[in-house]
Amino acid sequence: MSSGPCHLSNTGDDTVIRARKLTKHFGDFEAVKGIDFEVRAGEAFGFLGPNGAGKSSTMRMIGAVSPVSSGELRIFGLDPVTDGRAIRARLGVVPQMDELDELLRVKENLVIYGRYFDIPLAQCKAKADELLDFVQLGDRADGKIRELSGGMKRRVTIARSLMSDPDILLLDEPTTGLDPQARHVLWDRLYRLKSQGVTLVLTTHYMDEAEQLCDRLVVMDHGQIVAEGSPAELIRTHSPREVLELRFVDPDNPGGPGAEINKAMSEKLDGVGARQEVLPDRILIYAENGEEALSEVHRREIEPETAMVRRSTLEDVFLRLTGRTLVD
Amino acid sequence: MAVSTPPPVRVWEHNFAIYKQVWASNVMASVIRPLMYVLGMGIGVGGLVDGGPRSGEVLDGLTYFQFFGPSMIATSAMMVLVNDALWPIHGGFKWHRVFFSQAATPITPGEIVTGVALWHFTKGLLASAGVGLVLALFPSIRSWGLLAAVLFGALTGLAFAAPITAWSAWREDTTSFPNINRFVIVPMFLFSGAFYPISQLPVWLQWFSRFTPVWHGVELGRGAVYGLLSFGQVVGHVAYLLLWCAVGMLLSRRVFADRLGN
Repeated sequence: MSSGPCHLSNTGDDTVIRARKLTKHFGDFEAVKGIDFEVRAGEAFGFLGPNGAGKSSTMRMIGAVSPVSSGELRIFGLDPVTDGRAIRARLGVVPQMDELDELLRVKENLVIYGRYFDIPLAQCKAKADELLDFVQLGDRADGKIRELSGGMKRRVTIARSLMSDPDILLLDEPTTGLDPQARHVLWDRLYRLKSQGVTLVLTTHYMDEAEQLCDRLVVMDHGQIVAEGSPAELIRTHSPREVLELRFVDPDNPGGPGAEINKAMSEKLDGVGARQEVLPDRILIYAENGEEALSEVHRREIEPETAMVRRSTLEDVFLRLTGRTLVD
Repeated sequence: MAVSTPPPVRVWEHNFAIYKQVWASNVMASVIRPLMYVLGMGIGVGGLVDGGPRSGEVLDGLTYFQFFGPSMIATSAMMVLVNDALWPIHGGFKWHRVFFSQAATPITPGEIVTGVALWHFTKGLLASAGVGLVLALFPSIRSWGLLAAVLFGALTGLAFAAPITAWSAWREDTTSFPNINRFVIVPMFLFSGAFYPISQLPVWLQWFSRFTPVWHGVELGRGAVYGLLSFGQVVGHVAYLLLWCAVGMLLSRRVFADRLGN
């Protein structure tokens, strides 16, 4: 593919998206509450947060379809209010829900989409073939959309978004609802795009996705940015290196909820590790060294049903910042 | 550098691509349905009416077959486009979401509305032309005026499609859609002056007929085939149909902009 270098206008540096006090409200409801962020050319930038955090509203403003309520937003140095058409011409959009036309064949979906950008028909057809090969669906060109799996539909949607050789690709929850293998195929394709110089902007509520794909990300909650940095930086800043996960079973009520036993155990565990987090089904102990923390648990003669040491992840960062888990 | 295609035409191309998949059944329907009507009503009812005591004066000197035939052009376009403006438009927001896809590209919501109207007019032309072809088979109706009647038929179709597009884009579900056919379109069809001149109706019902776009389309079609209308009458009917198109498109623009730009 021939994704050329980004053509920047009106900005001296390599910033392609700049938001200052960006706000979106729907009536009385404030979905995005004055956020600041910048996306640089060629990077993969993520918005991480639970449902309702304001990620999609932000994406639709960047997509120059949803008007900014207040604050400033510049994409390629352009204002979406006055230059929406010029901005959209340089964006590729992968919406949260697949919007493929089931009445058209796979390739036709791409060709017609390319025509929306006024790309000549012959060029659209060649490009569609090239992109279907890129997403490994070349043999499905004349197939029906209905006969594709969820992962294949996603890949067709990504191929469709690339018809116009976009400088920025906007992906709203690109792998939600896909099985693990389909996710890996998709991530692999997105890596390839990034290495070709396409700027990726994505939303996700999957930690592993953010860690895999994003150079930099912001954590959003209730319409605000609560943290910003690379995945590694965020983990380093907001969470000790390791996590000890303990599960307890109430001997008096083995099938029942763990809340009470967890509460009791939490008191006994006081002082183990740097910090603890009590969830309905388990207790997390944050520590630089998980094995040492586990030794301390055993020394106190506490007997968890299961104990597991793992590295801390963005999930832990999110829990630390908001007090809630991301995916319920 | 290739010549740029206006954005509404790119929207039209999407509809045309879909139409190419289903054109055969569409063409069959737009020829066979009018043929059945023309034969069933024109010849069946015509046999009873022609030679009746007042038929000559009431039907402008036409046979019932001649009177009824051309009115099928406008009514067929109406029937086809009412349905095109209901489910496919609603689906564009609620099911396959094609309008959201289009709005993410350089095309604006207003241009989408224009493109949809352009497509509806095309479908109106196709539906009207199907009837026109059937009518041209009969020497007592065949005339160059049929060409103008086809154009007026498409305009009548758009006069329905434009406001109904706004309606179906605005609704959150489709529960009201069957009632549009039952309680809006069928009465308009019956009182459209297609089956009998509206002068046969009580005065208050004649006003209902005059209010509906379809009566104007029926008058234009019949008038074009037999040369029954003055230039002023033609302008009046066309202006009335254009008014419905314009109001419908303005409403659609508002609804589309609200739904797509939020």
